[in-house]
Amino acid sequence: QTVTGRPSPLSTDQTPNTFEEITNYNNFYEFGTGKEDPARNAHTLTTDPWAVQIDGLVDRPGSYGVEDLAPDNALEERIYRLRCVEAWSMVIPWIGVPLASVLAKVGPQPGAKYVQFETLVRPEEMVGQRRAILDWPYVEGLRLDEAMHPLTILATGLYDQPMPNQNGAPIRLVVPWKYGFKSIKSIVRITLTDREPVNTWKQLQASEYGFYANVNPEVDHPRWSQATHRVIGAGLFGGREETQMFNGYGDQVASMYAGMDLRVNY
Amino acid sequence: MLRMVNDSLRRVPVPMVWLLGALPFALLLWDIFTGGLGVDPVQEVEHRLGRTALYFLAGGLAVTPLLRLTGISLMRFRRAIGVLCFAYAAAHVLAWVVMDMGLLWGQMGRDIIKRPYLLFGMGAFVMMLPLAVTSNNLSIRKLGGVAWRRLHKLVYLAAPLAALHWLWTVKVNELTPVFWVVAILALLSLRLVVKRPMPWTRPRRA
Repeated sequence: QTVTGRPSPLSTDQTPNTFEEITNYNNFYEFGTGKEDPARNAHTLTTDPWAVQIDGLVDRPGSYGVEDLAPDNALEERIYRLRCVEAWSMVIPWIGVPLASVLAKVGPQPGAKYVQFETLVRPEEMVGQRRAILDWPYVEGLRLDEAMHPLTILATGLYDQPMPNQNGAPIRLVVPWKYGFKSIKSIVRITLTDREPVNTWKQLQASEYGFYANVNPEVDHPRWSQATHRVIGAGLFGGREETQMFNGYGDQVASMYAGMDLRVNY
Repeated sequence: MLRMVNDSLRRVPVPMVWLLGALPFALLLWDIFTGGLGVDPVQEVEHRLGRTALYFLAGGLAVTPLLRLTGISLMRFRRAIGVLCFAYAAAHVLAWVVMDMGLLWGQMGRDIIKRPYLLFGMGAFVMMLPLAVTSNNLSIRKLGGVAWRRLHKLVYLAAPLAALHWLWTVKVNELTPVFWVVAILALLSLRLVVKRPMPWTRPRRA
């Protein structure tokens, strides 16, 4: 089964990491805390049937299938940089649809200011959830303008293949100017709300992980510098690369944060 | 029984420990050249060297409690265990400097001062340095037994620092680093709780 997406002008021209790299180096604590645990453990996940409940401040709440949200004829390829909060990076050719198109389907109401996302909780298939290392379900959120931004997508595949389980099958968020943990995987619920969602990592350690989590070389993680990162695939002596503001997407997204103190809203 | 164990241990030449101790490094080299390190070889090299150093550190700290509790003596091998620990720690630091940080000295300097986990790790390494340098008979003679012993008590500080250094790097409480912190603290407390050889470890007079 192949999944194809139209090329997009929003793609980077950088060379993507290999499929092997992208699918064997994952942070998906639902399947274990090691980078290779998801590749080893995620095969147990049932991704079909799958339903995404959309509720809250929307005109058309309900239970949607993956195909409803990301129909084949709407798929685009988005080759994006990914910058992990742990100071490493990859380039990934996602297949997906703009989140804005999904939100348009369900009709956000005027009072809606934030979008909250939730990952599946199914400990019998997700071995990492059998320990309370995080407060399951994994929760993430975006401000509505961030969610509506053309760069923000819901991805259902990568490298012309259906989304591998370890990468967040069958449908996940991708927000390329934010640290990777914002891009929540295996989504089962999307809620439009008027209150800022409390995302999982912020809830665990608010001094280290904020709500915005915009890539920012000037604001360090308390335990490590965010000024540079390692490039996965660069080899043993690849060295480090300088991290760019908003992961290099500043031209497109910086205006959304005009006037905000990014040291406070990290 | 105890005598038999110790007699056979006495027949093991110390270089055997060196040889066994080099195995993890050989395996690492093997994995480097066969591409067995996975997607992020830098982290794998760095972390494996660090973990191995900690294992030898715990091993060295286990020698005395083992002797006091069971009478089994690995004393002859302790110096080799300690120096192996230092060698892996040095390789771990080198991997961090060259591979992980790519020789960005400025960032490394700032990071060590700002990040407690790096300060702990580097502190443990710096404390082990004089221990490694003086781990020879000449140094013992020059320093005198008392001063030498006092100096080598630094390991009691270096060991928990090294274990905390690992624990502090993870994002959630992972079981393995927690286990090693507990193990090191347990080995250190054993020295305080069991201060002299247990009666059953002493050879009975005929």
